[in-house]
Parts: sequence; structure tokens; C-alpha cells
Amino acid sequence: MAKRFEEILDGCKQIVQDTNLSSVSDWKGARKSKKAIGCFPVYTPEEVIHAAGMLPVGLLGGGAIEIDYADSRIQSFVCSIARSTLELGLKGRLNILDGVVFPSICDVARNLAGIWRRNFPTMFVEYVHFPQNITSAHAVEYLVSELLKLKTGLERMSGKKISNDDIANSIKIYNENRALVSKLYQLRTKKPWAISTSELYTIIRTGRFIPKEKHSIILQSVLDAIEKRERKQRDSLRVIIEGSFCEQPPIELLETIEEAGCYIIDDDLSLSSRWYEEPIQLNGNPLESLAYAYVHNAIKSSVRHNHTKPRDIVLVEKFRELKADGVIFCSAKFCDPALFDFVLMKNTLEREGIPYISFEFEEKMSAFDNVRTQIETFVESIMFFA
Amino acid sequence: MTETIYKYQDVGRNYQKDLLGKWYKDLSTANEKKEPVAYLFISGNISELLEVFGFHLVYPEVNALQCGVRKVAGDFILKAEDTGYSPDVCGYVKNDIGLIINNNVGPFGKMPKPDLLLCTYSGCNTYIKWFEALAKFYDAPLFMLDVPYMWNGNIDADSIRYLTRQFSELIPLCEKISGKKFSMERLQEILGLSRKAEDLWVEILESSKRIPSPFDAFFEAVFFMAPIYVMRGKKECVDYYKMALEEIKERIAHQIGPVPKERFRVVMEGPPPWPHFRNFWELFKKWGVCCVGSTYSKVGGIWDLPLQGDVPSDKCFRHDPERPFETIAEYALNCYTNWSWDMRVRMMEKYLKDYLADGLVIHSVKSCRAFSVGQADVREYFSKKLNMPTLFIESDLADPRYFSEAQLKNRIDAFFESLAHKRGA
Repeated sequence: MAKRFEEILDGCKQIVQDTNLSSVSDWKGARKSKKAIGCFPVYTPEEVIHAAGMLPVGLLGGGAIEIDYADSRIQSFVCSIARSTLELGLKGRLNILDGVVFPSICDVARNLAGIWRRNFPTMFVEYVHFPQNITSAHAVEYLVSELLKLKTGLERMSGKKISNDDIANSIKIYNENRALVSKLYQLRTKKPWAISTSELYTIIRTGRFIPKEKHSIILQSVLDAIEKRERKQRDSLRVIIEGSFCEQPPIELLETIEEAGCYIIDDDLSLSSRWYEEPIQLNGNPLESLAYAYVHNAIKSSVRHNHTKPRDIVLVEKFRELKADGVIFCSAKFCDPALFDFVLMKNTLEREGIPYISFEFEEKMSAFDNVRTQIETFVESIMFFA
Repeated sequence: MTETIYKYQDVGRNYQKDLLGKWYKDLSTANEKKEPVAYLFISGNISELLEVFGFHLVYPEVNALQCGVRKVAGDFILKAEDTGYSPDVCGYVKNDIGLIINNNVGPFGKMPKPDLLLCTYSGCNTYIKWFEALAKFYDAPLFMLDVPYMWNGNIDADSIRYLTRQFSELIPLCEKISGKKFSMERLQEILGLSRKAEDLWVEILESSKRIPSPFDAFFEAVFFMAPIYVMRGKKECVDYYKMALEEIKERIAHQIGPVPKERFRVVMEGPPPWPHFRNFWELFKKWGVCCVGSTYSKVGGIWDLPLQGDVPSDKCFRHDPERPFETIAEYALNCYTNWSWDMRVRMMEKYLKDYLADGLVIHSVKSCRAFSVGQADVREYFSKKLNMPTLFIESDLADPRYFSEAQLKNRIDAFFESLAHKRGA
């Protein structure tokens, strides 16, 4: 019998709230002969890891974890996700992982890769440089060379060759997963009352800890179950969230935004789950297909330079297309890419007469009253005075 | 007692000042004269290539540090924060935004508008965000020269190929903006001059191996390095280093050094706090400290340590007229913050050993996470694994608000007191 939405959601909650990564140990099985690889946000090419027969596991920070060891290795002026991820590692809570991959999203992630290599000498640690000169005719070729290095490293670890067919197969599985995620996103944009963002986010986040094949089944059952779900439409503001592409805000923060009178109709949460705008087209060499997709079709974010279409223009277009009422900048404290982009984007929003508010969050944030008041005021100012 | 004046005394400092003064003056009239202007960064830059087309070069980082030294950075940073920049983001960028709000007039005069924004982001991702902002303000063409990070500890063929291919895409753009055709002979001539200056600069740096050292490889190097980072490939640059080397030789001959009596030799990791540069130096000087090695002086490029290529060799990097594009690409990759942490640690270890240092000083700055994130981890390594006396202090390179002199003084005093104690002095 088909499961009810609430049942599925409860299952997802169990997986994402489990700080011991039991889903990963379950997957590895009793003999632990299979390998799991941690993936730092945003653009880590999980397909290659999947093709190696390994489990890509999302590194999404440490939530409210107490920082006991990481402080002696990373200064206090650094974002939570870098510090808490290292803390998880130093506390042994990532011991189930056999390796970690860092993409070139910012200086902190890059340097964290170096810290990781020194502190966890038995782990496989790789760093992938993603081209920022995306108008260069040679960017794809370069990224292929980077992906090849990753592939070779994984092969060395497992002792097994990764064939083109393996990669092509993984790309198909990820394409299917992204298509389902995107269906769910579209549904929420159209009928935000049918599924809240904190629910949607929990379901998407689940996919970072289990194989994508399994996650796709969950997504399909969610899509089916939502049909039968009866929820009343509220008189809420339609808002877009910007700035949470890497470090993730506490789920209570999302709930607060919604309770304070907003429908979040688009966001950049856990962007890793949907970093291609279109299905990846397979053409001969699958690594090249992956590289081409990053250079030409990757979702726009503050950590991928695209001068042909600056971020503020993308945001305004999205705002119009989705018929939104306002924008909420929800950036991680100390996040250079988000905080720099904020200024350029809000300048354009002001010029275009688009309402916005902005605040910074930290992983261990626990009081949400100020944010609630801020958002309530924002909602009222638009509903009654716009 | 009267002070003796030597022939080359203070040449390194003063001639550098004159050169920069003249360079800033030329910049102020570039727009009027309709001469092309390019903005670029110090780290791993490809200025030789731009020089071929006669571009005037503007370095926003140098402007920011000048504002710091001349005590106006604080105001500029506040101006930028008023427009929405977070207190937590890079002070250099905010200083530059404040300068723009101030009609591009700084203590050095008026900066011209760019005709080309060339972002070589060697070793710093914030450079990308910085030039994205400048592209908005100036509506000038932006070329994003993609420089891969040296994660694997070597210069690999893939990165060199990627960079040289980007150069071939950049050249037509430079030709269009400047109206000048590319000339290989001119490029080779420029690279020859770069190489000459580089040889001389290394000789100055290595003079610190002497005891006592005639040269402070941090507090003095930050001035002595300006010409090689700002006007490499020009004849004046070579002349400068000839003269500066004379000053060093003279100091050696007369046993003069940066401190009256050298008591401690340290290696310095991290950039200086520009708005409080003099006070910061004084905190060390009073202990008779000479920095015999520093990483900040390698922030633009590295000439004194072997280049690790696909084929390892013990050769150090030099620009080479015989391999013009390849060496420009190697230079872009081979700068300090583009080095992996393993390589950075090796550099510090080598300086500590080869320059017979007593300890390592890490100055961690909030603005520059590319520099700072990982330094605390490195302290663990040096102090616990290698048992090397290591001092870790924090402030900022641009934002005067983060400099707490009393706190720094306590930490610095305690460190050198304990070193002195250990020595039984």
C-alpha cells in the first residue's frame, strides 16, 4: 500500500537527524568493504564517486555541535560549516567515511581541504578545481582533466577500473533524481501550501545520505502522496531565499520564516542536489558530458563566476517569472561569496523596486524571535502598504 | 655621537617611494591622454603580457594597502559598510569600494577608470567577487583568467596548457582595447628585464642568511618588494634592484642591520597590519627581532625555492624569454596563497632551517581567509610536532579596528621573554 506523506516524512527525518550516519554504515554493511566519500558543497561531482561503486555522502555541517577541538585549528572568524565539519572529523564522527572531496567554491573550503589532508592522513582527500573562466573554449577540457584525476584516485583506492559505461549509468541515475527533485520544486512553487519548505528540505536532504536510486523511490512516493494530502491555502507572501547554497540554516529558521507568514517558493538550499539546470546530455565521453554541463548548464550561484549573466539579473528574472512578492537574503555569517553578492543583488532589487530583507545565520543559532519579528514586519509592510 | 651617512643608505626605501610616486602620477593622467588602463592583482599576475600593449596598470590591492599605511582605510571601509557590505568581509575590497564612492580619489591622487579588468585570481577566490563588483561599478570588460590551485604540489601540464590557451584568448581583447598589435619580440624583451630584476631580488632575500642579517625579510621586504610586484619588466625595476642590492652590500660591509643588535631571528607568516605597521614593527624591534624569512614577501611570486613541476628539478622560477607563455603561466600558478598547505608548511620549515631562525611568528588576519584559514592548524604542527617556538597573533591587514596593541604587546613580550629565558640570556 502506498505510504502516507507523513509516514514518508518521518522516515526522512530519522535519516537526516541521525548524527551517527547510520544510513551510511547500513549501506556499507557488516563487512564494511564498500567505501563512502564525503562531499563538501556545492559542485562536487558525485556521479564519478557513484560510478566507482561508492556512496557519496553530503557534508552539511554539524548543526548545534559543541566546538571542542576545531577552535585550535580554525579561527573564530570562519563560517560554521568549515569549523563544525572539522569538529565532526576530529571527534571521530566521520570515521565511517573513507574519503572527502572538496570543490573550489571559496578560499575557506580550499584551505579546509589542506587542513583535512594533514589531520586525516589515512583518508582519501581530493580537491577539484572548477573553471571560472566559463567563456573560455578550453574550460571543459580543463575540467575533464580534473575529473580524470578524481577518477584515477578513486580507482586506486578501490582497485577497480571505472568504465565509461559506469559513469554514463551514474549520470542517468543522477539525472533521474534531479528531475524528480525539480518536479517537487515546481510543485512547491505552484502550490506552496501542498508542501512546506522545511518538509521539502528534509526530503531533499535525505538524498545526501542514501544512494540516489533509493532516494528517487522516496521522491516518487512523495510526489504520489502529496496528491492525496489536503492542506489549506494560507494568505502568505511568496518569497525567494538567497544565500544558503553551502552552509545550511537551522531547520527552525526555515520554519520561522514560514510561520511568520511566508511561502518560500524558491530557494538555494542544499544546491548540491540540483546543480544542473537541465539533464546532462550524454555524448560519447561521459566525463566530458559532466564537464560540459558544469561549464554551460550549472545552476547559477555565488560560487560560480558567470560574467555573461550576473547574479542580480538572474535573481530579478526569477522573481518575475515566479511571481514572487519579496526576497529574503539568508546568508551564513562570514560567508564571503554570499555577503559580497548580497550588495550587488540588493542594489539591483532597490532599483527595480523589489522588496527584500536580509539576515545572517549560524549553524548553532537557537533564538529565532528577532528573525520572526523582522519577517512579520516585512510581511506586513508588503501586504498592507505595498 | 654623530650618525655616519653611507653612500646607499635608505636607497631601497626612498627610491622605491620615488618610483611609486611617479607611477601614481602617470596613472592620474592616463584617462585624459586616452592611454589604456588595466586593473589587475598582484598575486601571480601577467603584467608582462599587458606591458606589450602599453597598458597602465592599476593594482587595487596596492591602493588598499596605501590607504592603510596612510590611515584613511578606516573611513573608506566604513563608507563601504554604509552601502551594505558586511563587517566580516575582506577589508581590502571594502577599502576599494570606499575609494570608488570617494570618486576614486585616495591619498595617492585620482585613479583612472579601467578599460580592462583582468582578474588573475591566483590564490584568492575573493578576487573574483572583488572584480565582479568593479565590473558593476565601471561597466568595463572583465576577463576572468582562471588559475588552478596547486593542490598536488606541482606545476602540471594541464594547468599550463589551460593558462596559455587563455592567454591566446586574452591577446585579441588586449589588441582591440589598446589598438596595438601583439609583438613577441617586445614580450621577450620585457621578460628579459623581469628575469634580471628577479635574480637581484633573490640575492637581497638570501642576504638574510647572514648573522646578523643585513635585511629584514618582512618589515623591510614589504617595501623592497614593491617594484618587482608593481613594475616588473620595466628598466626602472632592474635599476632599482641594482641600487637596493648595493645598499645591502654596504650594510654587510659595515655590519649594519635593521635592528641595532640582532637578538632573535624569526620567520614571519602572514601579511602585516598596514594601518598600524610602524607600531607593529616597534613591538618586535624592541626585542632585537629580525625577520629573516617571510611568506608575505612571496605573495606575488616565488623565486627562491625550487619549482615543482611534472618533472621535478631544483631550478627556481624565472621568467624566461625563450619560453614566454609557459613561464608567464608558471608564474601565475607559483605564488604563495596558490600553494597548497603542504607546500606552504614546507616553505616555512625550509626558511626556519636555512635562515637559522629561533621561532615562527604567525600573524593571522581576518580579512584574508585565503592566507589565514589553516594557520592555526599549522601552529599545532610547528609547536607540537616540531617543537618550534611559535607565536600566534591576530589582527587585520586593512581594518584598523582589529588592531589591539596592548593585547599584541602582551603576547609578543611573553613570547620573546620565554625565548630569552630558554637561552639563559
